[in-house]
Amino acid sequence: MDDLLADFLTETNESLADLDLALVKLERAPDDGPTLSLIFRGVHTIKGTCGFLGLARLERVAHAAENVLGRLRDRVLPVTGEVISTVLAGIDRIKEIVAGIAATGSEQAGDDAAVIAALNAIAEGKAAPVATDAAVPLEQAEAPPGEPVGAAQTIRVTVDVLEDLMTLVSELVLTRNQLLQLARRQEDNAFAVPLQRLSQITSDLQEGVMKTRMQPIGNAWNKLPRLVRDLARDLNKKIELTMLGAETELDRQVLELIKDPLTHMVRNSGDHGLETPAERRAAGKSETGRITLNAFHEGGHIIIEIADDGRGLPADKIRAKAVQKGLATEAELAAMSEAQILRFVFRAGFSTAAAITSVSGRGVGMDVVKTNIEKIGGAIELTSRPGHGTTFTIKIPLTLAIASALIVQSGGERFAIPQLSVVELVRASVGDTENGNAKEAGQSRIEQINDTPVLRLRDRLLPLVNLRELLELSAPQADPDAGACYIVVTQVGTATCGIIVDAVFDTEEIVVKPVAPILRHVTMFSGNTILGDGSVIMILDPNGIARATGIAGGETRGADVGAAARPTATSLQSGERTALLIFRAGGPEPKAVPLGLVARLEHIARDKVETSAGQPVTQYRGKLMPLVPLSGMMDSERDSHPVLVFSDMDRGTGRDRAMGLVVDEIVDVAEDVLRVELSGDRAGLLGTAVIDGRATDVIDTVYWLRQAFQDWFGAAANHASARVLVVEDSDFFRHLLVPALSAAGYDVTAANDAGQALRLREAGAMFEAIVSDIEMPDMSGLEFVRRVRAEGAWAELPVIALSGLTQPHEIAAGRDAGFTDYVQKFERDALLASLEQCLAQQRPQALAA
Amino acid sequence: MALDLIERRPIANEAEERGESDTMFVTLTVARQLCGVPVLSVRDVLGEQTITRIPLAPAEVAGSLNLRGRIVTAVDLRRRLRLPPADPGEPRMSVVTEQGGELYALLVDQVREVMSLRKSQFERTPPTLPGAWAAYADGIYRLPSGLLVVLDVGRLLALAPDR
Repeated sequence: MDDLLADFLTETNESLADLDLALVKLERAPDDGPTLSLIFRGVHTIKGTCGFLGLARLERVAHAAENVLGRLRDRVLPVTGEVISTVLAGIDRIKEIVAGIAATGSEQAGDDAAVIAALNAIAEGKAAPVATDAAVPLEQAEAPPGEPVGAAQTIRVTVDVLEDLMTLVSELVLTRNQLLQLARRQEDNAFAVPLQRLSQITSDLQEGVMKTRMQPIGNAWNKLPRLVRDLARDLNKKIELTMLGAETELDRQVLELIKDPLTHMVRNSGDHGLETPAERRAAGKSETGRITLNAFHEGGHIIIEIADDGRGLPADKIRAKAVQKGLATEAELAAMSEAQILRFVFRAGFSTAAAITSVSGRGVGMDVVKTNIEKIGGAIELTSRPGHGTTFTIKIPLTLAIASALIVQSGGERFAIPQLSVVELVRASVGDTENGNAKEAGQSRIEQINDTPVLRLRDRLLPLVNLRELLELSAPQADPDAGACYIVVTQVGTATCGIIVDAVFDTEEIVVKPVAPILRHVTMFSGNTILGDGSVIMILDPNGIARATGIAGGETRGADVGAAARPTATSLQSGERTALLIFRAGGPEPKAVPLGLVARLEHIARDKVETSAGQPVTQYRGKLMPLVPLSGMMDSERDSHPVLVFSDMDRGTGRDRAMGLVVDEIVDVAEDVLRVELSGDRAGLLGTAVIDGRATDVIDTVYWLRQAFQDWFGAAANHASARVLVVEDSDFFRHLLVPALSAAGYDVTAANDAGQALRLREAGAMFEAIVSDIEMPDMSGLEFVRRVRAEGAWAELPVIALSGLTQPHEIAAGRDAGFTDYVQKFERDALLASLEQCLAQQRPQALAA
Repeated sequence: MALDLIERRPIANEAEERGESDTMFVTLTVARQLCGVPVLSVRDVLGEQTITRIPLAPAEVAGSLNLRGRIVTAVDLRRRLRLPPADPGEPRMSVVTEQGGELYALLVDQVREVMSLRKSQFERTPPTLPGAWAAYADGIYRLPSGLLVVLDVGRLLALAPDR
């Protein structure tokens, strides 16, 4: 008997038992509408399912009973004892047939004409012919007693009970581990034997409970045949869906999480992947396209493949789209492998479908799929052959509750790294090439490129992150094992990255627990756990690490400034690190400017520099661009000048102009926490910050832009001195924002924190718009905007969030809290545009009021 | 050495029923200041614990600790109230409270006794208190031995992400 039939029997038996009770209840209270509806629905469901399963005899009886019940429900027929008896007789017959199915696995032949006739007669309001059970031959009795199959051997348990059991077992495993660790310290001890037994039982119990949570993956697939059928009709394609390995079991929790991504991917394959019958014929393929789902176990993982035999992914279209969307430059694309280019489909907002169909192509697709799969510690790969089709391969862990983890140490603290993402361990020495230390053969050495550590691993260069620096841990006082460390090679998607740690211990089974809500913003951790020795330990999230360091950053985030874009510069993940362009001008000491403010980097040849009205200019993109030398004068000896281009193009103001800041040398792009010591006395400089360990002057962009155009910020003053409140705790940003906004014609008031801003509200101050930072001490921007929205005169004001946190979920959280718009920090133009837009929307309302 | 206070809850309830003017507080000290938290919000009182530091966490978060198999986030009350750090080696105690299904331990200098305090002794927080105290204090009780600051556990634990 198949599972479907077994499920049907379980359900039908349950609802039949309910039906008996309900009918008797109805007889006593004929006007009980809800009960009648319940009965009707019960019988209707049985009828419907019968039809689906091809149980013709059962369907006919149920249909007749449903007829009667329908008329009762419509009040065409009064509820009388006779009617109820007849319906009960029908129900009895259904039970008999169901019992027959349960006993033999298939429907037995039998004559139900009398029962059906009685029901039909009642339905028409006639007296029922006497239908006795005796009139019906019960052939089930004669049927060969088949294999006793049925629904009796299962009970239904709510998922909550299973989840609770799983939690308890997880705790038991932890306690067992602790006990074992304690026992290991004492050589012979009376507890050793019972402890061994306890350990064994715990393992068995864990396995047993895990089994209860296991479900065949087919459960996540059962909606797909219907979906594919509808899809084929909508798209006028012929599609055949093949499902292999549907019995492969995996954890219920994982199953729930991959259901939607799978559905989405099958839909995508049908819509984008497969061609129309005509196209297929022309390509010499059979008209019917094939989508194959294949699931199987492989080393503690489940592998799911979604393959189609369609046209394959169009690499050139993807390439063109990537350029069009500004995700990569032509030069970068040229250096990429085919596989890397194909991975652009996983980027947010990327869709190759030329037209948006009702099925797919809305540009919210594969990136969400990828995020969801990575969320459960899985990975997704794709291969594609033009003309032959595309295959997506998903690799996911069997269960999320218990994982194996590698315990490492860095800066005196221990951390767990999920074994799943660990590829290998390498022992390496810290490279000090000048030292010329003769390294023993075979031992790897960490080398530096521009202060960034890398490792030569076989034939590849492996980017490295030092866990100690990443987590801002203190260095150990005296390095006992100076020069040696371990590198944990982890793989996230196609990105491989090495994590430098001080020591590696063993692997341990850990129970992943989520971190406290106040720590959720620290994306380096996927959870925490309790080790065998009872201590709490943080679980590192290789995904988060790769993103934070920019190794996988390109997957989720577009490069912001074409020419200057470097992996390190694209990531603003933690919200506090800022990409800075380091350069030299008018002296050996480094200077810096936030990279986000610079539009482009150019080299302008000496002969291209002209003079206009006593000011150096150059022809740039068909216009004259003033050049402002930061050092005060142009060095006429130089062949070419590096220039930072600040531009102010098409921001709704119709202005299109650029200014070139001439510097001596562009040094680097660094990423650091920007803490500027302000000094107001030096024109053109905001102050000094320590960047990459060196004191660096941070230039005041506003000052230099004014040097080129007196009215750089003034022209767009059509929003005539709208009052804007800026809430920003960082001195640096406040000093950047206030002049920029006031120069743009706004009447700006600044508050150092949310508390101060709220006190302004209490004092009765009024503004047209608020610009607020998100991460602030004491009260976050989110909390602030909630309070603004909650009450008072500011409740309706546009509030723009200005933040370094620009992950989609962070933006969503911002909008949920009540922010009108969300602008990335440093994006001056975006902020001005957003302000203008918010005020424009506000104005008609103000007039109407 | 977890001193379970759960058994005392019925007493607190009865006390509240008898005279609504009495409230029970667990009293504690932070930098010699006597403070109180409502007894019903306290799950456990713990002695010195091993606390695992959490990198990149807000400064107020001292780390996490293991309380009978549950992971508890420890918040240093001194740092939260912008007070100087405790002398190293000085044993600290913690008061465990629950907030949104999560357990938090408030790291304090010393946990004292449970006191039943009269409403008539209660005053609103003076506006002149320094910022951190004003933000987290619910009010003040005038006791013969000195003043007791009532702390608002909810606000103490409403930690914004660090920047």
